Amino acid sequence: MKILVCISHVPDTTSKINFVENNTKFDTAGVQFIIGPYDDYALARAIELKESSGATVTVLNVGLAETEPTIRKALAIGADDAIRVNAHPTDSYFVATQIAEHAKGYDLILMGRESIDYNTGVVHSMVGEMLGLPSVSPVMKLDIDGTTVKMQREIEGGKESVEATLPLVAGCQEPIAEWKIPNMRGIMSARTKPLNVVEPKAVDAAVQFQKYELPPPKGAVKMISEDNVAELVTLLKNEAKVL
Amino acid sequence: MAILVFIESAEGKIKKTSLEAVAYAHAMGDKVSAIALGTVDKGELEAVGKYGAAKVLSVADERLNQGVIKAYASVLAQAMEAEGADTLVLANSSLGTPVAASVAIKVNASLASNAVELPNTSGGFVVKQSIYTGKAFALVDMKKQKKVIGIKKNAVELKEVGGNAEVAAFSANLSDADFATKITNTEKATGEILLPEAEIVVSGGRGMKGPEHWGMLEDLAKELGAATGCSKPVSDIGWRPHHEHVGQTGVKVAPQLYIAIGISGAIQHLAGVNSSKCIVVINKDPEAPFFKAADYGIVGDAFTVVPKLTEAIKAGK
Repeated sequence: MKILVCISHVPDTTSKINFVENNTKFDTAGVQFIIGPYDDYALARAIELKESSGATVTVLNVGLAETEPTIRKALAIGADDAIRVNAHPTDSYFVATQIAEHAKGYDLILMGRESIDYNTGVVHSMVGEMLGLPSVSPVMKLDIDGTTVKMQREIEGGKESVEATLPLVAGCQEPIAEWKIPNMRGIMSARTKPLNVVEPKAVDAAVQFQKYELPPPKGAVKMISEDNVAELVTLLKNEAKVL
Repeated sequence: MAILVFIESAEGKIKKTSLEAVAYAHAMGDKVSAIALGTVDKGELEAVGKYGAAKVLSVADERLNQGVIKAYASVLAQAMEAEGADTLVLANSSLGTPVAASVAIKVNASLASNAVELPNTSGGFVVKQSIYTGKAFALVDMKKQKKVIGIKKNAVELKEVGGNAEVAAFSANLSDADFATKITNTEKATGEILLPEAEIVVSGGRGMKGPEHWGMLEDLAKELGAATGCSKPVSDIGWRPHHEHVGQTGVKVAPQLYIAIGISGAIQHLAGVNSSKCIVVINKDPEAPFFKAADYGIVGDAFTVVPKLTEAIKAGK
């Protein structure tokens, strides 16, 4: 079985978000980049499937050369080889188009339910539609029995059991697998694993990001004495008008 | 041009977020039709007219009583065509979001997700969307003639603007491929207030000291008609189920009121709650970073403050 895991290269979850160049570019100063946390779950499940059933795992990232340390980390975690589509990931449609271009021939195409930068949560579904494959997200559990894939999908207030056959696209989230931390042997071997750089397919832009904004600063907190809890209720009713 | 709005229902009721999608489409100023898939009561469909839909298409196909993503996308793409709609509006949800993506590819549309404001059409078609889990916004120009817009909870204020809608039957051509994904079982809490959609959320953190103390938090939630949530450490140690985890990698909430009890306020937790209208923090540590993100704060022991708060709310009713 061939598994493709698509990973995003995103700011660490503790990052402070700022923009530069008249709010048209993300400020990378002091920001640590990581494998998207949801993509990391997808990768961990792929490695488990590799260990249990002898699958091969390829990682794919759409990004410029700066993303290579993130890709190497995925190789260190246990992926066999990698593809980097040499382009800035401008939007979901662009990224989905690039993934679809390279995903043919894979049995299972995994990625996170969403990237934690743009949060659109649509790339897996776009890829599925582009390739005419079933796509399921957000997947909390995924088991393979022959060509049948049994999944659990999170819905508001519960979960659904879903079945489909390979090939298939899935957007993953916890608790599909435990995140894996690369060991020293993995880190050493990752240096020599193949990382193929390919040029992107030309795409007619569906959207154009013009500008970014930060939320307005929060006003000062109003402190209330623990001996006067009733005052909080009054404020919530009359001032905040939320009760 | 006409706008089509996909409306979801749960337990026989049209979801509030879907009504917000109707109100959003109405505020865009074009002719609005809504579409509901599966069996939904006619009176419930007619009532969608109050928020601005002139017509509601009902696709009463039993196979659509379950949210099969691909089949839903096929129906919506066909309905857009039949209605001459160039725009589809829906609420982002576990179903709406993947459906929106499929439809966008099927009809060759630009897609925007998590829209928080009406589009600005003064130069292009610019939608403001929430990004970085609510830590920022992006202004995105939707370039294609057709558009699919997913809206975030509370993007518009819900107000009644009209009377009942005309309900019309709509049938779509669906193939076996549309049902290639089979839903074999659904486990869903019934009668409960669902965390992602709740107007009030009461959350607890490690300051609650153990799962056995959640009773007082549930009492408060019950008094407020609130859903309960928790911080990541609490769900990681198994004090509370995973689906209650509020934060950047858990459930993102956008209630009117968020009450955080014994949660210090790690940046990842704040990312999951920063769309809340009003935040109350109760923590015994006056230095807890959460106070900086709060509207109201009480420094005190949760074990004494929370029961007092429950009593005060009871007394104030």
